[in-house]
Amino acid sequence: MVLVYTESEEGKFKKIAQEAVSYAKGVADMLGTTVTAVTVNAGDTSDLGNYGASKVLEVSNDALANFNAEAYAMVVSEAARKENASVVILTSSANSKFMAPLVAVNLNAGYVPNVTALPESTSPFKVKHNVFTNKAFSITEITTDVKLIGVAKNAYGLVENQTSATAESFAPEVSTGNSEVVSVDKATDKVTIADAEIVVSAGRGMKGPENWGMIEELAATLGAATACSKPVSDMGWRPHSEHVGQTGKPVASNLYIAIGISGAIQHLAGINASKVKVVINNDPEAPFFKAADYGIVGDAFEVVPQLTEKLKEFKAQNA
Amino acid sequence: MKIAVCISHVPDTTSKINFTEGDTKFDTNGVQFVINPNDEFGLTRAMWFKEKQGATVHVLNVGGPETEPTLRKALAIGADEAIRVNTAPIDGFSVAKQLAHVIAEGGYDLVIGGRESIDYNGGMVPGMIAKLNDANFVNTCIGLEIEGNSATAVREIDGGKETIKTSLPLVIGGQKGLVEESDLRIPNMRGIMQARSKPLHVKEAVDSQAETRSVQFEKPAPRGAVKLVDNVDDLINLLHNEAKVI
Ligand SMILES: Cc1cc2nc3c(=O)[nH]c(=O)nc-3n(C[C@H](O)[C@H](O)[C@H](O)COP(=O)(O)OP(=O)(O)OC[C@H]3O[C@@H](n4cnc5c(N)ncnc54)[C@H](O)[C@@H]3O)c2cc1C
Ligand SMILES: Nc1ncnc2c1ncn2[C@@H]1O[C@H](COP(=O)(O)O)[C@@H](O)[C@H]1O
Repeated sequence: MVLVYTESEEGKFKKIAQEAVSYAKGVADMLGTTVTAVTVNAGDTSDLGNYGASKVLEVSNDALANFNAEAYAMVVSEAARKENASVVILTSSANSKFMAPLVAVNLNAGYVPNVTALPESTSPFKVKHNVFTNKAFSITEITTDVKLIGVAKNAYGLVENQTSATAESFAPEVSTGNSEVVSVDKATDKVTIADAEIVVSAGRGMKGPENWGMIEELAATLGAATACSKPVSDMGWRPHSEHVGQTGKPVASNLYIAIGISGAIQHLAGINASKVKVVINNDPEAPFFKAADYGIVGDAFEVVPQLTEKLKEFKAQNA
Repeated sequence: MKIAVCISHVPDTTSKINFTEGDTKFDTNGVQFVINPNDEFGLTRAMWFKEKQGATVHVLNVGGPETEPTLRKALAIGADEAIRVNTAPIDGFSVAKQLAHVIAEGGYDLVIGGRESIDYNGGMVPGMIAKLNDANFVNTCIGLEIEGNSATAVREIDGGKETIKTSLPLVIGGQKGLVEESDLRIPNMRGIMQARSKPLHVKEAVDSQAETRSVQFEKPAPRGAVKLVDNVDDLINLLHNEAKVI
């Protein structure tokens, strides 16, 4: 049996949850078994059947209203024990990565994060994953009875697979340990880098924080998240949470637009997993062009407002 | 307060990544090794606890003799003692078991590790140590205050941050934010001299076997040349019709 943890927010499943179920179904097919999903305080779970879950364990517990790694790890571990799971699937969200090591110890499971494809083989069990911050892949063998996998974002995609899912309520004993969330500070109106399909990122070429209006406007037009290079956040032009790269956040979006960013190796490492990259830079020799799919050599202060303008027209026509 | 900072010895961020022996081993030829950047932020925060709250700081590593220069650098930055567990780090789980053992023996109140090592990007060692030793754990930690036995940690979450009240013994997976870039210290001459006479203990490994094993490496396929366009209409057209991303 393959167990998958499906993350929801305000009762709705995230795309990464659907992707994780799609992936779990792929693994289950290779093993000739089925997929059970486990959910915490989610609303309607029938959607998970669309991606191949044949059973859903629904946990509903007020003590789990805030994410608590200890408690959530217990939920996943108990579900894995109850279902006798041989493979447990998590995602690459901050919460999944937080609880994964705890689940691994609970289940004595070998854990491989950032997995980009279905197993190369299931006996021996070998998976391919990103290492060296996206500069390479490793094929890694997991030798424990229970295998724990963190699926990389946007690598496997959504695969529809109509299955009729039966729901079952599940009430494992949980303890939230000695940690308690006392406040959450989260912009609810902004697309996060983790969830975004498109990321608009800008660097030192923007000259100063006062020029970010045009970046924000381009992002808003595309429904994109905003990001930045490291020096931009070091100088306090933008918050730390926007810093992407080897030492910042990883980006695995469908489209990454880099404006006034030179394309240093540490920056590229963090964004290599993005599918399509567009570079806008006034220096034709900027190294980023070598790593890009599309580029415009030009002054950001001219190109960006034009691009926003034309995209608005395009959106209006294609709405 | 006794603090252990777990130091992973990783290729410098500018390193070209290559493999040898039929793509089964990382090629260390010409590669500079450094303190994992996430750990450097944690070490600097530990120095603050040492200077302001009288903590003692030990740095720990699981690795061969080749990691000693990295540990000496941590001593030169100001750590009091170093411990190296003498075994090759094969996977995160086995490294965590070694460290958990040393940490339980040493009776550390606070263990500072990094969110992830920038080489294998496991993101697992600190969490596993916490679970193995029954300590509290906060990952992606960007702020930490300790007051007696209680701790207040700020954690980065997708799209924001949250504040967590917890207590010692505590393990964190830290990153930038724990201290600022400008707070990082370059060892000075005096620090380097002192580091030479600070204790660097070598411990033999406890029996533990790896749960995962890298069998083959691959490099991403080289990408095609960039398509340069000279106006935004062409760009929108390509993104819509060719790349199909808008
Ligand atoms: C240990 C370590 C870790 C690091 N980690 C990261 C990381 O995680 N992420 C990261 O981003 N960096 C990281 N760096 C820093 C990295 O090496 C680069 O210094 C950084 O990415 C450069 O940022 P930038 O491209 O914004 O600035 P610059 O290199 O200054 O580039 C600015 C670019 O803007 C262009 N430009 C200027 N004016 C205009 C204009 N009017 N219109 C269009 N383009 C214009 C220029 O041609 C240039 O290419 C790290 C460095 C170290 C040492
Ligand atoms: N071999 C090691 N020796 C000491 N600490 C390590 C080692 N490997 C990982 N760590 C610690 O665990 C953190 C996360 O590493 P990883 O789980 O490998 O991504 C690192 O930032 C270090 O603090």
